[in-house]
Amino acid sequence: MTSVVLPELSLVALVGISGSGKSTFARTHFKPTQVLSSDAFRAMLADDENDQSATAEAFDALHYVAGKRLKAGRLTVVDATNVQEHARASLVKVAREHDVLPVAIVLDTDLDTCWERTEARTDRDFGKGVLVRQHRALRKSVKRLAQEGFRKVFVVADPSTVEVSYQKLYNDRKELTGPFDIFGDVHGCYDELVALMGKLGWEGTTHPEGRTAVFVGDLVDRGPNAPAVLRLVMEMVAAGTALCVSGNHEAKLLRKLRGRNVRVSHGLAETLEQLEASPVEGLEGFLDGLVSHYVLDGGNLVVAHAGCKEAFQGRASGRVRAFCLYGETTGETDEYGLPVRYPWANEYRGRAMVVYGHTPVPRAEWVNNTICLDTGCVFGGAMTALRYPERQLVSVPAAREYYAPARPLETPRGEGLLLTDVTGRRSIDTGYGRTTVSAESAAAALEVMSRFALDPRWLRWLPPTMAPSSTSTVEGYLEHPAQALADYAKVGVTEVVCQEKHMGSRAVILVARTPEAAEAAFGIAGPGAVWTRTGRPFFADAGPMLDRVRAAVDKAGLWESLGTGWVMFDAEIMPWSAKALGLIRDRYASVGAAAGAALPRALAVLDAAAGRGLDVAALRDRIATRAGHMESFRRAYRQYCWPVDGLEGLRVAPFAVLAAAGLNGVTRPNDWHLEHVDRLVAADPELFAPTRRIVANVADVDAVTDWWLALTANGGEGMVVKPLAGADPAGRVQPGLKCRGREYLRLIYGPDYTLPAQLSKLRRRGLGRKWHLARAEYQLGAAALDRFVAGEPLWRTHELVFAILACESEPVDPRL
Amino acid sequence: MILTVSTTHRPATDLGYLLVKHPDRVHTFRTSSGDATVFFPEATQERCTAALVLDVEPGREFVNDRAFAASSLLAAALNQVFRSALRGFSKDRPELAGTAIPLEISIPAVPGDVAKFFGPLGWTVTASPIRLEEPWGDSRYVDLTLSGTFRLSEALNQVYVLLPVLDDEKHYWVAPDEVDKLLRAGTGWLATHPEKRLIARRYLAHQRALVNQVIEPEEPDEQRPERPRPLAAVRRAAVRAALERAGATRVLDLGCGQGALLAELLADRRYTEIVGVDVSPGALETAAKRLRLERLPERQRARLRMFQGSLVYRDDRLRGYDAAVLMEVVEHLDEPRLPALVDAVFGHAQPETVIVTTPNREFNVRYEGLTGMRHGDHRFEWTRAEFRAWAEGIAGYSVAFEGVGDADELLGAPTQLAVFTRKEKS
Repeated sequence: MTSVVLPELSLVALVGISGSGKSTFARTHFKPTQVLSSDAFRAMLADDENDQSATAEAFDALHYVAGKRLKAGRLTVVDATNVQEHARASLVKVAREHDVLPVAIVLDTDLDTCWERTEARTDRDFGKGVLVRQHRALRKSVKRLAQEGFRKVFVVADPSTVEVSYQKLYNDRKELTGPFDIFGDVHGCYDELVALMGKLGWEGTTHPEGRTAVFVGDLVDRGPNAPAVLRLVMEMVAAGTALCVSGNHEAKLLRKLRGRNVRVSHGLAETLEQLEASPVEGLEGFLDGLVSHYVLDGGNLVVAHAGCKEAFQGRASGRVRAFCLYGETTGETDEYGLPVRYPWANEYRGRAMVVYGHTPVPRAEWVNNTICLDTGCVFGGAMTALRYPERQLVSVPAAREYYAPARPLETPRGEGLLLTDVTGRRSIDTGYGRTTVSAESAAAALEVMSRFALDPRWLRWLPPTMAPSSTSTVEGYLEHPAQALADYAKVGVTEVVCQEKHMGSRAVILVARTPEAAEAAFGIAGPGAVWTRTGRPFFADAGPMLDRVRAAVDKAGLWESLGTGWVMFDAEIMPWSAKALGLIRDRYASVGAAAGAALPRALAVLDAAAGRGLDVAALRDRIATRAGHMESFRRAYRQYCWPVDGLEGLRVAPFAVLAAAGLNGVTRPNDWHLEHVDRLVAADPELFAPTRRIVANVADVDAVTDWWLALTANGGEGMVVKPLAGADPAGRVQPGLKCRGREYLRLIYGPDYTLPAQLSKLRRRGLGRKWHLARAEYQLGAAALDRFVAGEPLWRTHELVFAILACESEPVDPRL
Repeated sequence: MILTVSTTHRPATDLGYLLVKHPDRVHTFRTSSGDATVFFPEATQERCTAALVLDVEPGREFVNDRAFAASSLLAAALNQVFRSALRGFSKDRPELAGTAIPLEISIPAVPGDVAKFFGPLGWTVTASPIRLEEPWGDSRYVDLTLSGTFRLSEALNQVYVLLPVLDDEKHYWVAPDEVDKLLRAGTGWLATHPEKRLIARRYLAHQRALVNQVIEPEEPDEQRPERPRPLAAVRRAAVRAALERAGATRVLDLGCGQGALLAELLADRRYTEIVGVDVSPGALETAAKRLRLERLPERQRARLRMFQGSLVYRDDRLRGYDAAVLMEVVEHLDEPRLPALVDAVFGHAQPETVIVTTPNREFNVRYEGLTGMRHGDHRFEWTRAEFRAWAEGIAGYSVAFEGVGDADELLGAPTQLAVFTRKEKS
């Protein structure tokens, strides 16, 4: 029995001459999809698996597919003779490009058996000489495979006796779920390490809650007591209460201990001196066993000394190790003669949290779900640990500066957004469902977002569109409460709240208690922000409005009851004319003026004709009806217009508490929202307008209809019906349905839309697309706030907020 | 929508013969936009009035003025219901049809500058502005009455042509036969109208090829004094000079707009790789058309790429170039967004040279009649000191400044230009 133990992720090259049984071997031990056979690729490209003229192209395609599989982390087996060095070299190259281990399995079947099999095949017509040459090449190759880069080589004389098994990579410790205490660079600062462990509740080398320590490396050099640090960590690792990855200083120390020629600098001298005085037993073996990084907790956590980009996580190659130990450099050196680091964390978009050290920073800060814990203890800073999964940072200050830094501590460049975070066709998993954004919508949104929108650090949410209730069949009505209630009844909602729909301009109001609170939560200091439904700043200077809102939040005691230093409201700011004056004048009032001149003139002329005994009664009736519609139309827009001067005259109607520290309000019940906004309105009734509402059962059609009719008789915009308990973003229930007033709708569908012919045409309006968008945007918004309050990186919220804006560029009837 | 035509020619009721409509009946016609009704609210020997009421059916567009204000819809209805009168043809009163008679034409809501178009024809134009609700002032409409002595056909033809011209929005497809219609309706008055070219342009919905069939294109006036070179051209030249000094051959035009600079770079062989980036897909499309991208020879085409990008997102595609030009771009971003631009361009793309131009606000006092900023989308305009402070705060680059355009001793040049050079790293 020959045992073949393969790394779980590897590129397996089968090596053997024609007729050696490679394909049978591959079929026996691997899934058909794992095997890439050169014959199959020749057939694919040339319709003939023996067409040697297609060989070069066939291998090209094979390598391409192998690369795609390895990138996705899938074991790949290459079934080709691979007896020539150049063929194998390209496989080693593909493996290295994707940082997986190349493995060779040599099928050393004797020449005669191979010849017998080849002769038996009707589709192979080459002579024995070819086989002999292949066999000679194979014999020469076997010894060279390890040198060529194959990390494991198995020579199999009898394929029928082989047993294949798999082995995890050393860095794969996904089964360990913690909780962990992850320690930044120690650099021989033993006292601080002990103090920090004490602060974290460690008792000696164990933690009473069974926590596991993880060291990011650089235990030694520069500091006062490397031997004591090493002994402690080695003991913990041996006892299974700690893991440790290699730092660059460990790697260098190991080379020195092995007698290599190493420049004794950057604090290595101190360590060597300390070890001379106080030798550490088993040190070389310990250092030799340190891996470059660990993948922990089911793949959710990666620990590496200098960090680890997504493509390298759980992979093994020289460059993975180099990245993990030294980080990525640009190839340039700075004014201190030190290598310039490439800010890989700024571009990190992986799902796993990456915890690392290596680069001393003034403060440990999250950058795209990565964090550097090296707060420069040995340079007189602090030693820092991260509690996982709590995401809590704990540190102790250095007792003193043990070593002078070669350059000032770097302040990281901060989280930036990548164009690739938002552009192109995207399929986004919100956690509540999947939403697809087309490339065209994304392109349109990019223009709006780039040219007009607020800083994305403020812009953590955009208002989703709201669908109207199903079209009503009640005579004279396009939208009617009966239908809105029926829509909810149909999906099992029983209790709803009907809220007055204010007619102004939608505004999201984010107010911070202090600039510091804003900085801590949003990464940008300021009073907060107010933005429109497309993310534009609502005011040239939002300061005065935010001061008023802040005072009201103070007075209402919302900071305390929500336990927050900032709060985000959804609101309507009135009057409509404050933002839309141009539109009202140039469209609505302009049409009103033209009609106001034309219709009375027509009536007067018709009356004169009637006076002459002409029969114009039918036309006169039609014109008179239109004049009546026009009056309603003009009344409707006029009531949404009044003069404002600064804050003077502005009214704000808040209707939802969107978010506060640790709280995503979008998914809260609607009575919770109303209770909070009522407190705000009570605190400053001059600025804040109340929202009239009734709570009803979906069967209370008459009561709701009466209420709605009173609300809308004179052109009031209408109401929004919401499930009292709120809507589950993952469910089928619309978070709200608008039911607009009969007179108000003249502004939308034209003054005469109530004419029977018009109405019957309009009743055919399709709502499906709008309903779909309303749900998709609601999900995106809910997920954006989920991610934001959970402390996820900026790009994770921004991709969702951007997607809402993109959805709003989808072609859909704007009158809905 | 309503139009009335009155006459005091005696017997005034002859108007009915000219219009081929009996004054004592109500005449109804289907038109493509709704029912048109013609009737006579007064019909005496002294004065007779014909009214055309067009009851425009509500359209599919939501809110607009087409049912109430005079426009091409009314003109089309006029042409349909008074066809003989427009041709000057009258079976019963042929002589009267060829005679100028006192006329009064009233239309209650007409958009546009009525005096400019009807005045030169000899009409007495009474136009009372129609007001919007308080406090919004006048609307774009006037209540129009035209009085004068004209042949009826002439008067109706003028109204027929000028209503859509005043509205400047054709509601129907402009087919080539519109040229014939315009020539026929304009016979005898259009050729001498001082606004003939504007009339033709608007009537034919701005289709230049059609307009030129009606009105000869103007000859370029060779006597005209040479105009000074426009600032935009001077600016492009200054940018190119800065690129040449920097020795750049692979360049980014960030915010390339409609491609004016790209065209000049493309014409210069020293630039081996030219990349135009703009955030507006519309601008890129226009640029592609203007540069005739489809028709460029392959070699030329290979030197130029254009794609949508944004200067507030980091973009790997922009890394590794010799130079980036931001010509009149930064002032189109809100000031609080500039750090993101600096991060994306100087921090991430990191070209060796960055050339930025922006208006010099101090110079604005030299522009007569300029209030506010030079462009509606400018979010700010900087003084030289403000520009300098911003530019000198950018890490990793050294910067030199120059003025572009004819400078004022005190106020500086109209455009400011900064050349940023990446600090040497070994």
